Amino acid sequence: MPEKLYISPSPHIFENQSTPGMMKDVIIALTPAIFAALYFFRGKALILLLVSVGSCLVFEAAIQFLMKKKVTVFDRSAIVTGILLAMVMPPSLPVWACMLGCLIAIGLAKQLFGGLGSNIFNPALLGRAFLMAAFPVFMTRWNMPVTLDAVTGATPLELVKFGHNLDVNYWNLFIGNVSGSLGETSALALIIGGVYLLIKKVIDWRIPLAYVGMVLFINFITNSVAPETYAGPLFHIATGGLLLGALFMATDPVTCPVTKTGRWIFGAGCGLITMIIRIWGGLPEGVMYSILLMNAITPILNRVTRPRRYGT
Amino acid sequence: MLTKTFRGGVSLTECKELTVDRKIRPVPAPPEIVLPLSQHIGSPNQPIVKEGDMVKVGQRVGEAKAFISAPVHSPVSGKIKAIRNVLNPVYGKRPALIIENDGKYESVPMVKRDSGDRLSKDELINIIKEAGLVGLGGAAFPTHVKLNVPKDKNVDSLIINGAECEPYLTCDHRLMVESTGHILRGIYLAAGILGVKNIFLAIEENKLSAIFAMEKAARRMNKKLPHAQIRLIMLKTKYPQGGEKQLIKAVLKREVPPGKFPMDVGVVVHNVGTCLAIYEAVDAGKPLIERPVTFTGSALKEPGNFMVRFGTSIGHVARHCGGFKENPVKIIAGGPMMGLAQYTLDAPLTKGISGVVFLSKKDAEIPEEFPCIRCAKCVDVCPVNLMPTELMRMVKYSRWYNSSALYPADCIECGACAYVCPSKIPLVQYIKLAKEKELQEK
Repeated sequence: MPEKLYISPSPHIFENQSTPGMMKDVIIALTPAIFAALYFFRGKALILLLVSVGSCLVFEAAIQFLMKKKVTVFDRSAIVTGILLAMVMPPSLPVWACMLGCLIAIGLAKQLFGGLGSNIFNPALLGRAFLMAAFPVFMTRWNMPVTLDAVTGATPLELVKFGHNLDVNYWNLFIGNVSGSLGETSALALIIGGVYLLIKKVIDWRIPLAYVGMVLFINFITNSVAPETYAGPLFHIATGGLLLGALFMATDPVTCPVTKTGRWIFGAGCGLITMIIRIWGGLPEGVMYSILLMNAITPILNRVTRPRRYGT
Repeated sequence: MLTKTFRGGVSLTECKELTVDRKIRPVPAPPEIVLPLSQHIGSPNQPIVKEGDMVKVGQRVGEAKAFISAPVHSPVSGKIKAIRNVLNPVYGKRPALIIENDGKYESVPMVKRDSGDRLSKDELINIIKEAGLVGLGGAAFPTHVKLNVPKDKNVDSLIINGAECEPYLTCDHRLMVESTGHILRGIYLAAGILGVKNIFLAIEENKLSAIFAMEKAARRMNKKLPHAQIRLIMLKTKYPQGGEKQLIKAVLKREVPPGKFPMDVGVVVHNVGTCLAIYEAVDAGKPLIERPVTFTGSALKEPGNFMVRFGTSIGHVARHCGGFKENPVKIIAGGPMMGLAQYTLDAPLTKGISGVVFLSKKDAEIPEEFPCIRCAKCVDVCPVNLMPTELMRMVKYSRWYNSSALYPADCIECGACAYVCPSKIPLVQYIKLAKEKELQEK
């Protein structure tokens, strides 16, 4: 005879996927990009990654403790934020600036809004936006990969924007042998991770497709109209933070719309804003601002793209 | 044959292999049965016997005057020991008859009618009403109400639901294999009453033996009866394929509007088990006193399908099938997706319970809840286009002003959203709260 019976509402069975499990999958998906960062930027990458992940965990635990909330650092979401934040930092960023970025990401962007699931903006990107505004010099000083002779040098996007040098080596862009933020340089590593997330159904394919599709489209049009002014057809998806943003940042479930239509619009909007900034704006890169701006209108997208009521 | 389906839903681990090959075997009723007086959706029944009365098998013991109701008949012969409130597995504490089973199974005379076809529509509906028939798929809605089409409604199709999309349950599958002919007879009776020519028998593709059996028998009958043709529809194995709205969408591509009934889109849906009960009520004159129930789950020694007289306790049948191999930690009346967790093994089986699942500790673990990360898996799987995550937020933060745009009343409570939720949030509970709130305000 049973002694104690569990009573709970239906359903009584559940799918295996769990929220900490999804976080683990994101970390696994980021490992190729982490290895690429370690290969191209060596010790600088290692230090930034360790400091960033460590600070995010410490800040999350400390803030939750001080706010007398349940400490939930073991749900792995702070690790994901830490890795992503390191991925969007230039290799030469001072350690103290990195820690400050983590404080903004975890404290301001995440915990002040109510913690996991309640934030409006992608924490890692808000942390980076703060650093960009506060320390523009540190944030635009680029180390070359150790595989190249030069110590510092402009990113491919800066070369095209300010140097008007349209001579692009696509192989280097593909494997990541260029200057840039830690995790954004290697398209190959990011694509491997993105495919893993798509297979595991951690992210929705609509956002990366709409994002990349929009960028490709504008890239193609501008290049066709004026090939001497605008870079070649694949240039904009292979450079800067585009793949990192489209696969790992824009797809952050918390800050993107919950409807399918909303996700199409969200992805396309990110692509459009990125390209406006890159081609006609004052900055060479626009991925971060495009995602943050689309994050801001996500609640509106959720409201205007509600699914059709069944039977009407 | 191409399979049909609806948008949304989830694929589940079926766990049907535990019982799918187990023939339906009768279980002797225990010495004492607890027969809930009301076992349907609708007006509650009143007892028409007193304590100390002797009753026979098939004797009517409870009834209600209202149209939406179904009488209850005694499944055993013996003495009424008491009438008192007893924990009902579905509706909480409700009045029930405690009947002392004398083991003789003396029956009231049952009128056999081999010529059910010659009876008028109203006579047939009355027979079905008097026999206490309710939908045996789980909702237990009185069957005669669904056969009595108001004059202003035009019903052109009858769908027979053989989807059985809940995991673990196999009693409908077994019925289709074992009582093929009788089910068909019941289907023709229902079609005759409704006066429809289009009959669809919809079965999920994982029930191949049932599909073969029904297809073969239906083809033979289609030749004999050219006026009513049964078409077999193979459904994709997907939950909740057996939900009435989802079934109609899959078979006929029609959507039942909010707050409306299948009749409003010209359809009536009956479960295969109900069709068998229609046959038995009409041809054999037998009221609804027993039904097939799947007893299954990881904690049970010998899972199987059993013909159980109503009022038999869950524990009695469990002991009958060899008892437990592991301590059951959760006992579910119904399937694991929509069934209700039971407090006690003494809970009596009623018309609406098609299965009892006994889960061992390993399978019954209630997972830890995390905050919603808005992954939108619930939105993707909802078969009625709701946004469970938004509904949950509405309830959690009392944003009731959103209610008119999020339609909590449309929820069919299938549980697909809570099943896929990676944060294991009890979404159905939240939506039920929203429904309650909406009702209160009306």
